[in-house]
Amino acid sequence: MPTSTPQTERAATRPATENLLEVSGLEKHFPITRGAFIRRTVGAVRAVDGLDFTVRTGETLGVVGESGCGKSTTGRLVTRLLEPTGGKITFEGRDITHMSVRQMRELRRDVQMIFQDPYSSLNPRHTVGTIVGAPLRIQNIPTPKGQKRAVQDLLELVGLNPEHYNRYPHEFSGGQRQRIGIARALALRPKLIVCDEPVSALDVSIQAQVVNLLDDLQRELNLTYMFIAHDLSVVKHISDRVAVMYLGKMVELAPRDALYATPMHPYTLALLSAVPVPDPSRRDKAQRERVLLTGDVPSPIDPPSGCRFRTRCWKAQDKCAQEVPPFVELAPGHRVACHFPVTDAERTPQGRMAAQHAAAEVPPDTAAEPAL
Amino acid sequence: MTLGPVTSSTDVATPAGEETPTIADGKKIEGRSLGRIAWMRLKRDKLAMAGGGFIIFLILVAILAPLINKVLGHPVNEYHQDKIDPNLGGIPPVGTWGGISKDFLLGVQPVTGRDLFSQIIYGAQTSLLIALLATLLAVVIGIVVGVTAGYYGGWVDSLFSRFMDLILAFPLILFAIALISVLPPTKGFRIAVMVLIIGGFSWPYIGRIVRGQALSLREREFVEAARSVGAGSFRIIFRELLPNLAAPILVYSTLIIPSNILFEAALSFLGVGVPPPTPSWGRLLSDAVDYYEYDPMYMLIPGLAIFVTVLAFNLFGDGLRDALDPKSNR
Repeated sequence: MPTSTPQTERAATRPATENLLEVSGLEKHFPITRGAFIRRTVGAVRAVDGLDFTVRTGETLGVVGESGCGKSTTGRLVTRLLEPTGGKITFEGRDITHMSVRQMRELRRDVQMIFQDPYSSLNPRHTVGTIVGAPLRIQNIPTPKGQKRAVQDLLELVGLNPEHYNRYPHEFSGGQRQRIGIARALALRPKLIVCDEPVSALDVSIQAQVVNLLDDLQRELNLTYMFIAHDLSVVKHISDRVAVMYLGKMVELAPRDALYATPMHPYTLALLSAVPVPDPSRRDKAQRERVLLTGDVPSPIDPPSGCRFRTRCWKAQDKCAQEVPPFVELAPGHRVACHFPVTDAERTPQGRMAAQHAAAEVPPDTAAEPAL
Repeated sequence: MTLGPVTSSTDVATPAGEETPTIADGKKIEGRSLGRIAWMRLKRDKLAMAGGGFIIFLILVAILAPLINKVLGHPVNEYHQDKIDPNLGGIPPVGTWGGISKDFLLGVQPVTGRDLFSQIIYGAQTSLLIALLATLLAVVIGIVVGVTAGYYGGWVDSLFSRFMDLILAFPLILFAIALISVLPPTKGFRIAVMVLIIGGFSWPYIGRIVRGQALSLREREFVEAARSVGAGSFRIIFRELLPNLAAPILVYSTLIIPSNILFEAALSFLGVGVPPPTPSWGRLLSDAVDYYEYDPMYMLIPGLAIFVTVLAFNLFGDGLRDALDPKSNR
């Protein structure tokens, strides 16, 4: 994860006023079924298990976390590609939690998605014109200058040659394909775009281009992003606020600078210390202070009691196993779900070294896989 | 949807295979669809093209049978007793090679002296008609059941998949003999019943392929993308899934045609095919069993007709598969 994204930090956070999207107690459990003829539910994968967050108009909310923590599921719940098991999603004051497919059709114009894999998100049998024009046709959007013209304008907007209207996806590179995906998402002029790891399938050199394109488009079209990624440096570049997820829960949500400068959740601290440093002179120091977690992420089928991070946390105490830590605001705009948040002392090099040793001594969770 | 032998696709200058289009300077930029690339690949496969050529030739022969027969043959049921050698019990034809001559291109039938050439070309009509109609039926049922099972999944999938297993496990030949022998032996009726039986029992081969493909396509992100812009199930099935299923459907229907031809021949051989006097390759073979000692050509010629036809379809189908899916190196 080399940080080749240009470190041109975005200007002061735009005045984010009202909440475009409000999510409370959001849950998604995927049932595990057994039996060939009579299916019975024997358990559930608790992919997303109680999320509370808001996305403000005009901002970019970055969502980070390791694989399988429920980031993508969250994105698909917000765009209502998945039906939530519990909780509530409000978009512009309207409850969209359990809207039917028919009711959702209108909402689709306002909430769009950019997908992770540019090789699988474009139908290989359709031309670029058909792909980018599909939203316009499905939603019956009037195109005064003709649909072809509208699509070509979109292609130009995302930096593609409008002449390529008749080409097929396999004739483009990964970065160009992702631009096609972006053009499709922009076709309906949405207010919110959920970007599901939009650059993680791309070459590092192309990542920067696509991230900058997203940045420019946000300014031009006044978009709001929910930017899902596992690359902390990309998230740092594009986000106004960042949410950290662990095993289906949000553990920390803070303004970007606050999160990166003063992480309060032990998991965030470990995550940030794992970012590779491209500068060799600083790298050794960074490596010495890296907080390495032992063990694996527990199974979301049978998550740990209390705090979900406690099995790998060097600060865990009995309380952590008994009580679920509330997601509370510890500093202005900085919400953390931890009984024993990281102190300033732990953020110093000495503190980090101490944390590193403590983290290495956490016994790996040897609990057997839950019997199904 | 462009797929397979697109008729107007000979104007491509760049060689096939490489999927790296260069931006043409000043030239009109036009996309090359996957179907077009496949066609260019297919054109280089000599065996497949030979198979395809023979199939077209055979279809033309079947359609133009009355015309061809008028020029090169004799009426189907015209007896030519003068062509039968009276010395050997009135069985084998006069002359060598089963009586092949300028007049009778493929010789004559033993005993009756009917023209074998006309029997063969009218037999092609019967064979292809039944095999193609049965395949059409199988493809239609296979697509409907396969897509439904694959797209909806869950209990729908379980139900349809078990049903397909059931049909594949059915003792088909016995069923066909039992059913056809009790039904009235009129020509049109027999053909319809044979199409229903052959098609009705070969669709699970298509159905399974389509189901599997639909099941994996359903998880692709472009289906989610279509849903996220508000497309309904109907649109997703017809606009997103089916164009991607066209290649396997085309390949597997080409590959079940020869097995359907063989099945028709088998039924005719067993005496439950189209009723005489309608010519059929299978029945010619079964007739020939009685005379092969005197006239081996009579067995060889319909046998060869079946063999070459089945081979041609198989070669073409294999070539089509390689062209449409270059990753599947058998």
